[in-house]
Amino acid sequence: MNLSKTLIYDGSFNGFLTAVFIAFDEKINVADIQKNDKGQNVLFSETETIFTNVEKAKRVWNGIRNKNYNAITNIYFAFLSEEDGVELLLYTYIQKLMAANRGQSVDYSDGVTLRIGQLSRSVGREKHRMEGFVRFQLTKDNIYFANIEPDFDVLPLISRHFRNRYADQQWLIYDAKRGYGIYYDLQGVEIISLDLNEIHFNRTRKSKVFTEGEYDYQELWNNYFKSTHIKSRINRKLHRQHVPKRYWRYLSEKKEAV
Amino acid sequence: MNYERIKEKLNILADAAKYDVSCASSGSDRANKNNGLGNAARMGICHSFTEDGRCISLLKILLTNHCIYDCAYCVARCSNDVKRAAFKIQEVVELTINFYRRNYIEGLFLSSGIFKSPDHTMERLVTVAKKLREEEHFNGYIHLKPIPGASDELMYVAGRYADRLSVNIEVPTISGLKLLAPDKKQEDFTKPMLKVKNEIVRYRNERKIIKSTPKYAPAGQSTQMIIGATGETDKDIMYSATYYYKVYNMRRVYYSGYVPMIEDSRLPSIRSQVPMLRENRLYQTDWLLRFYGFAVNELLNDAHPNLAVDVDPKLSWALRNLYHFPIDVNKADKRMLARVPGFGMQSVDKIIQARKFRKLNWHHLKKIGVALNRAKYFIVCNSRNWERRDLEAEKIKKLILQHSTSKFRGQYSNQLSLFN
Repeated sequence: MNLSKTLIYDGSFNGFLTAVFIAFDEKINVADIQKNDKGQNVLFSETETIFTNVEKAKRVWNGIRNKNYNAITNIYFAFLSEEDGVELLLYTYIQKLMAANRGQSVDYSDGVTLRIGQLSRSVGREKHRMEGFVRFQLTKDNIYFANIEPDFDVLPLISRHFRNRYADQQWLIYDAKRGYGIYYDLQGVEIISLDLNEIHFNRTRKSKVFTEGEYDYQELWNNYFKSTHIKSRINRKLHRQHVPKRYWRYLSEKKEAV
Repeated sequence: MNYERIKEKLNILADAAKYDVSCASSGSDRANKNNGLGNAARMGICHSFTEDGRCISLLKILLTNHCIYDCAYCVARCSNDVKRAAFKIQEVVELTINFYRRNYIEGLFLSSGIFKSPDHTMERLVTVAKKLREEEHFNGYIHLKPIPGASDELMYVAGRYADRLSVNIEVPTISGLKLLAPDKKQEDFTKPMLKVKNEIVRYRNERKIIKSTPKYAPAGQSTQMIIGATGETDKDIMYSATYYYKVYNMRRVYYSGYVPMIEDSRLPSIRSQVPMLRENRLYQTDWLLRFYGFAVNELLNDAHPNLAVDVDPKLSWALRNLYHFPIDVNKADKRMLARVPGFGMQSVDKIIQARKFRKLNWHHLKKIGVALNRAKYFIVCNSRNWERRDLEAEKIKKLILQHSTSKFRGQYSNQLSLFN
């Protein structure tokens, strides 16, 4: 019997796919797949460090896509959920997928499949929310700047949406939790990291970084927000369900509520 | 731009526009052209939510709340003593663009009170849309509310610039319309609707031959009715809605519970409650008609002119038609599965895919996310346990209500309270 192994990869999606490739290629009995920053040693199994190889990752990507087009989105979305142990779950899912015939329906009565579907849904929901909840503020050097703190790592997913929509303005969306952002310079989108000495969430004090007119528009927006309420129908619980409190920090219309 | 003045106008004109329920930004996929500004997202995006829980996705304002008409249900009616204001065209354009660039909104929802004449007002609405599209190269969502009685020529131009058009019929019955809006005729509503529908059909056919045919109202048209202002039955409302869906290819009909604002002998008293539960039941019915394959006369007919308040319309239909049940989850076709209380369309699709792999039992159904507390009385699955008692409809209803809660329970519960 061959001994089970724990695969260590660099934390990137390509790294994960490489690990999957090697596991299939060398017929490894996988105990777990872990990010290298975790460094947890597992009893009774060897560890093997995986070096990311884009060629191999691509083969896995294409292989899955040829099996089932929707599955590849599910896998990528679920991967971005950064949940503990999602790698092993995904590995099991890919094994099942590869064993099945092409174009088969999805087995929603299977626990793993259902769980991957749920994870991918929550990431998808977060992505969609972020497309709505990003609030740009215009800086003096003419960049529309926004801070976010999403539950999942959704920046790679929303970049295309913002690129298509705001093609004629420079913008920057910065993930304060993960410490990186995406910046569009009218040519293309690139990943950047900033040395921010202050995080620009809502506060009543005005920052010098932004233009004068910026705060006027925020005020107008807040006013508009207030005048849309219908008093006889107030339903704060529903409001909080739609706009959970953890997002309020960066929404200018909730400035006073924070 | 005079900031203080704009602020005041925005407050007045946004306040007057909020009774329009529609805030959909979906259904259009206008792309961003030549690195201009904006595009439309097909599934729509909500950018915020009001404290009453409705989504804010468009900048919803009136061009003006001056109005020559005197419709009883409307805050902007000419006999009502409210502050009046009007936006200049350029002001609306600038506001929209600046909100849009900050990702506050998906686009503009523009409506207006009627000054001088319908056509005069309509022309200004169209000018705003034209300016946004042609001068600002704006490709975001535009929803225009044509003025009842606007001419066909203007309706044609409006559709070329807007993504969605909506003429609100407001009152579902003709007699109610006569009573509450004596200045308006039913043709004023239906003529623009018919024009839009015909143009949409024409453009769609042309696109089949010439791919580069420009878009005409890609997100279609919608309409809105006020509920509970004229004492109409649920049957009146839903039959009328079905008519508009069928004849004018409506994408949506919105139901808006009447919010009492003015004391008027023709209307419910100012202290009456907003009929939110009824509104909810009507939306449920609307969904059953559009997505679940129900026909309107199955849910509402002369014997049952109003929807049940204590249970949802599907459950209430199932209780009246117990002879269809129980059905076998592992064998029944999609149409029948969709009729089981507690099954949503997503669950139905999952069940159909999952049962190809194995026979489903209660555990699987629960995992898939079916509301078993309702469904269990109407189905059998791969398990020896199922509801074997031959229960009467009343009994099933009682059992279901016992094991569920609703925030509306207080409004219809006939159980005696101990302390009053």
